[in-house]
Amino acid sequence: MLPDPVVLFFLLGLAARLARSDLRIPEPLYEALSLYLLIAIGLKGGVELARHPLGALAPQVAGIVALGVVTTLLAFAALRGLGRLARADASSIAGHYGSVSVVTFAVAVSWLAARGIAHESYMAVFVAVLEVPGIVVGIALARTGGSARVAWGKLAHEVLLGRGIVLLVGGLAIGWVAGPEGAKPLQPMFGDLFKGVLAFFLLEMGIVVGRQAGDLRRAGFFLPAFAIAAPLAFGLLGAWAAHRLGFSPGGATIVATLAASASYIAAPTAMRIAIPEASPALSLAAVLGVTFPFNITIGIPLYHRMAVALAG
Amino acid sequence: MDTHARKLLVIIAEAALEKTLVEDALRLGAQGYTVHDVRGGGRDGERTASWDGDRNIEVKVIATAAVAEAITAHVLATYCPNYSVSMFLADVAVLRPEKFT
Repeated sequence: MLPDPVVLFFLLGLAARLARSDLRIPEPLYEALSLYLLIAIGLKGGVELARHPLGALAPQVAGIVALGVVTTLLAFAALRGLGRLARADASSIAGHYGSVSVVTFAVAVSWLAARGIAHESYMAVFVAVLEVPGIVVGIALARTGGSARVAWGKLAHEVLLGRGIVLLVGGLAIGWVAGPEGAKPLQPMFGDLFKGVLAFFLLEMGIVVGRQAGDLRRAGFFLPAFAIAAPLAFGLLGAWAAHRLGFSPGGATIVATLAASASYIAAPTAMRIAIPEASPALSLAAVLGVTFPFNITIGIPLYHRMAVALAG
Repeated sequence: MDTHARKLLVIIAEAALEKTLVEDALRLGAQGYTVHDVRGGGRDGERTASWDGDRNIEVKVIATAAVAEAITAHVLATYCPNYSVSMFLADVAVLRPEKFT
């Protein structure tokens, strides 16, 4: 099967940047597109959520939170133990990997849809749920034993009221209240156009990733290796956890993708403020330069295989 | 025309610092501020303002020499060790001194 056209747009952006094309997406448009994606993902999840009893979701939500905490701790142990990174850098990068990438999630959903593979349709809930634990654990890891105090109140405000959580949770709530019928008028805007906007957004992501190339060259051997090994290990862990939590193979593919993905919107901002001594160039080279492109091209099909194999 | 001498303090920094820089400036006595989105490059690399993690801001404050120096000292001690910051002071003349104490 041919690669998803949205991924081809990503490769176009990447190639254009590496060839030093002057292609540039203005920042306000990038921001508008990312707001759109968050609302659309939240809304769709909320509408589907309206068809499910909320209480039944609790064990899955708890399991997914635990997954986010475990992947952050594992990433920290690997970065500190194997990579010999400074505590600040190791905790910051671990926080990025514990959190999730909304766009990677969108690509996974689109990949499943193109193949007609069914999945639990309320998965957007877990995107919102998984954004936070990695960031919190990462910051806590940086501060244990350190003398600097963390302004947790300020930080909670930054993370919980960042546009990611506000629009995802807000979209979920609106979709849930409106229900399938009520949300129907929004479908042309937030449903039908979704894939086109995703393609546009991925074009920009290609340019951003291409810009990491320089930092990546300076990062040495360990970090790029980690940026591929971590999503593979966490993808497997996520697929296994999802299988145990009763997800379908399609749903498990998404959970695995979420576990394997690393945040490049919420986490970098939070980490920059909470762990100033950590190098942002290092974490972004790993997250954007390696893990994000790896996940959307090679990772997602691989996580699907893992999920199918586990389902037996 | 009556003019009064004041200092213009310009701080160019990562966008992540916007909120705290503005809070600090006001707390240290600035009466107002202006923020622009900017892009540029320097010793710490290039900032093209194409996405969140890559944005820079320029904060401008006009204040008395004492206030401007207090803000400068605070920024030097608090942010310069770990963040990319460019900062400079210039002499300016204002028409309404009560706005810029």
